[in-house]
Amino acid sequence: MTSSFLRKFRIGFSAVVLVCFILVFVDFRSLIPEKYINYLLYPQFIPSLIKYIHIKTLAAGGFIFVILLTMLSGRTYCSFLCPLGIGQDLFSRIGGKIKRRFRRFGFKRPHTIIRYSILAIVMGVTIISGIFLVTLLDPYSIFGRFMTCFGKPVVLLVNNLLAGILGRFDIYTLNNIPIKGFSLLTYAVPIVFFLLVGILSFLKGRLYCNMICPVGTLLGLISKISLFRIKFIESKCTHCGRCSVACKSSCIDFLNQDVDVSRCVDCFNCITICPEKALSYSLLGSKSTEHKTDESKRKFVAGSLLMLFGISHLARGQEKSVPVPKKESTVKESKTSPVCPPGAGSIEDFTKHCTACSLCITACPNNVLQPAVKQYGIAGLMQPVMDYHKSFCTYNCTVCTEICPTYALKPLLLEAKKLTQLGKVNFIKDNCIVKTEKTACGACSEACPTKAVYMIPYEGNLVIPETNQDICIGCGHCEFACPTTPYKAIFVDGNPIHVAAKKPENEESEIKSPVDFPF
Amino acid sequence: MRRRDFFKTSIGAGIAAGTALSLGGYEKLWAASPVGVKYDMIAVMGGNPDSMFDLGIQELGGMGAFIQKGQKVLLKPNIGWDVIPELAANTNPLLVKRIIEHCFKAGAKEVYVFDHTCDNWVNTYKNSGIEKAAKSAGAKVVPANSETYYQSIEIPAGVKLKNAKVHELLLETDVFINVPILKDHNSTRMTGCLKNTMGIVWDRGFWHSNNLHQCIADYALFEKKPALNIIDCYNVMVKHGPQGVSKEDLVLMKSLIITTDWVAGDTAAAKMLGVDPQRIDYIPIAHKMGLGNMNLDSLNIKRIKM
Repeated sequence: MTSSFLRKFRIGFSAVVLVCFILVFVDFRSLIPEKYINYLLYPQFIPSLIKYIHIKTLAAGGFIFVILLTMLSGRTYCSFLCPLGIGQDLFSRIGGKIKRRFRRFGFKRPHTIIRYSILAIVMGVTIISGIFLVTLLDPYSIFGRFMTCFGKPVVLLVNNLLAGILGRFDIYTLNNIPIKGFSLLTYAVPIVFFLLVGILSFLKGRLYCNMICPVGTLLGLISKISLFRIKFIESKCTHCGRCSVACKSSCIDFLNQDVDVSRCVDCFNCITICPEKALSYSLLGSKSTEHKTDESKRKFVAGSLLMLFGISHLARGQEKSVPVPKKESTVKESKTSPVCPPGAGSIEDFTKHCTACSLCITACPNNVLQPAVKQYGIAGLMQPVMDYHKSFCTYNCTVCTEICPTYALKPLLLEAKKLTQLGKVNFIKDNCIVKTEKTACGACSEACPTKAVYMIPYEGNLVIPETNQDICIGCGHCEFACPTTPYKAIFVDGNPIHVAAKKPENEESEIKSPVDFPF
Repeated sequence: MRRRDFFKTSIGAGIAAGTALSLGGYEKLWAASPVGVKYDMIAVMGGNPDSMFDLGIQELGGMGAFIQKGQKVLLKPNIGWDVIPELAANTNPLLVKRIIEHCFKAGAKEVYVFDHTCDNWVNTYKNSGIEKAAKSAGAKVVPANSETYYQSIEIPAGVKLKNAKVHELLLETDVFINVPILKDHNSTRMTGCLKNTMGIVWDRGFWHSNNLHQCIADYALFEKKPALNIIDCYNVMVKHGPQGVSKEDLVLMKSLIITTDWVAGDTAAAKMLGVDPQRIDYIPIAHKMGLGNMNLDSLNIKRIKM
C-alpha cells in the first residue's frame, strides 16, 4: 500500500457514505428502498447500541462491529462511517481553503477532563434518568436533524424551482412540494449545534469530535488498544512538523514523535503530507500520552452546554401560537396524551429509545410526523409526534416503522398497522359545523378509513357525525379534515399504550344489481 | 404567458358562445350541446367500462363532436382515495384509459389528468391504477398537490362561493371532460358530476364550513363547464362512501351515464343509487339556479342494454 492510497481511499469511501446519508435524508420522493437505508444505518454506533439494548438480538449488532473495528484499526469509524464526522471534514477543508495562510492546526493538548466528563455525564444521566443527553449528542442524530431541518428544505426549494420551470414547458416529471416548516422551537437545538460543530470544524478541524462527542471519546478509549495505528519511523523523521500542521485532530506531537491515538481519526493526511515518508499506518506502535487541560477551552465548552440547556429550558414557558380564524369554534380539544407514531408500542417505551434523528420525520410521505416541542416533556424535545393539525397518518403506509435505526419504532406489517390504535377519536358536537351552522359537512366521516366516524340523522335533511372508538385506529384523518378553527370539532386523543383496534365489520348491501334503468 | 393564453382562449370561447347564441338554441344554455348531438343523455348497461363507453360515445356522434383537432383536453376523474381499483372508490382506470384513447382519436393535441386527492397524492395516483392507465394511453398525469398549481377565479353570481382557486390546467385546456364515479357519500348522500369539482379546487375546507351543498352548486356557475360528463356506474359504492371499507360496500351495476348536462347526470345517478334526487340538496339547488335540468322526463335520453 502506498502512502497516498490510504488517504485517497478514505476520501473516496467517506464521500460515498456522506452522499448516501444525504440522499437518505432528502429523499422526498421515497425512491430509496427501506432495505438499503437499513444497511446504511446498521453500523451507526448509538442507534445500533440502543436497538441492541432494546431488542437484544445480534441482528442489531452494528455497534459491536464498530468496537471490533476500533480495536483493530483505531477511530476509522469517525472518518469513514460517521456522517457528522465526514461532514466536518468537508467544512474543515473549506475552512482550510479560505483561511489557508492563517489556519495551522499544530499539536494541542487533549481536553481530557472535558471529554471524559461529558462521556461520564452522558452515560450516568442516561442510565439514571433517560436518553435525552444521547439524543442531544449522538453524532448520527445531530446529522439527521441538520439534514431534516436545513438540508431537505434546500433540496425541496431547488426541486420546486426546477418543477416550476419544467411546468412552463408542460413537463410534469417533477412536481411542486409545499415546504412546511416545523414548530420554531424545535430548530433551536439544530441551529446551536450547526453553529457549534460548523465553527469548530471550520477553524479547528476535529475539535468537536475530540472534546464533545461522547462516541468519539468512547472510541478514543477503545482505540488505545488498537492494533493498527499511525506511528513515526523515528530514523526518517526530520522534525519538520508538517504532519502536525496538517493534523485535523491536532494530535501529532512531532517533537516527541508521538501520535495521540485516542484523538487520531485515521484520516491519513499526515502520512500523505510527510515528505520523508516518516509516518506509517501499521501494527501496534508507540504509547499514547495524556496532558493537562486547557482552562479557557473548558470554560467555553461548559458555557456552550449551559447555553444549550438554557435554550431547551425556554421551551417550557412558550405557548404554541394559534391562527386567528374567521368563525371560531368554542370548545377546546381536551387532549390528555400526545399521539406517538405507529410501531412505538407505548409512549414510555418510545421516548426511552428514540434519539430524535428525525429519519422518520423526513421519510414520512404525509409529513404527519413533527418534532415534538413539549408533548413528551422537555426531555422529549425533537422526538417525533403525530401532529394532526398538520397532516394525518396514511392508512396504507408503514414507512416510519421500517426505517427506525433504534427500533424505537418497531416494524409493523401493514395489516397489523391497520389495526393498531394510536389513539381514540373524540367528537365535540358544540364545535361541529352541522350544529353551529346547520349545514352539511361530513369532512371527518368522509376521511375516516375504518368508518369509526359515521353520520347519523340530525335535524331535517342533515346528518351529523357519530363515533365508534372500538374500530378507530387514531390515524387523525378526521381531525385533519375538520374545517373548524381554532379548535377542531373532532380530535384524536393519544393512547399512552397502543392497543389493537377491532376490525370494522361490514355486511353485504341490500341493494341488488339492477336489471333495468331506474329512470 | 399562461394567463395571456387563458384570456385568448376565453375571448375565443366568448366569441364562439356569442355566435352559438345568435344562431339560436339558447334553451339549452347550461348544456351547450354541440351541434349534431342527438341526445341529452346516453345510459348504457350490461357491458364493461370500456365497451360501454365505446357504444355510448358512438351514439353521441363520437368524441369528435366534442373535441376539435389540436385541442387540449382535461380529463378529471375521481382519484380521491388511496384505494385499489377493485374497491371502486376512484373512477375505473379502464374507463379513463378508453376515454383518453377516444380523445386522441378525435385529434386532441394533449390530454391531461389530475385530481386534488384526499389521501397522499403519490400513493393515490399509483394505487388507484389511474396513473398507469392514463399514461399508457398517452395522457399527461399532472400533480395537484400544491397550491402553486392553482389560480384564483371569481364566481360573481355565487351565493356562498364567490371565488375559488382552481387548477391552472382547467383554465389552460380547451375541453373539460368530467369523469366522476358514482358513490354513496356520508354527508351529501351522493357524489357524482357536481361534487367531482371539489377535486379541481384548492380550498375545499371552505366549502365544508360554508354550506357545502350551496358551494357545490355555486361552483357549477363558473364559466369553464364540462363538455361531457361521463359517470362511471360500473361498480357502485352504495354505503360507507366516499372511501368505503370493504367489498361489501359495492354493488355491481355495470352501467355508464354520458351526458352534457351535469345536473341531469347527477339526477339519473341518484336514481341508480336508490336515493331521491330531491334529498341530495345540491341537485335541486343547481336545478333552480339554472345550471341544468333535473326533470329527466323532459330530456332526450337514449337507454342501451348490452
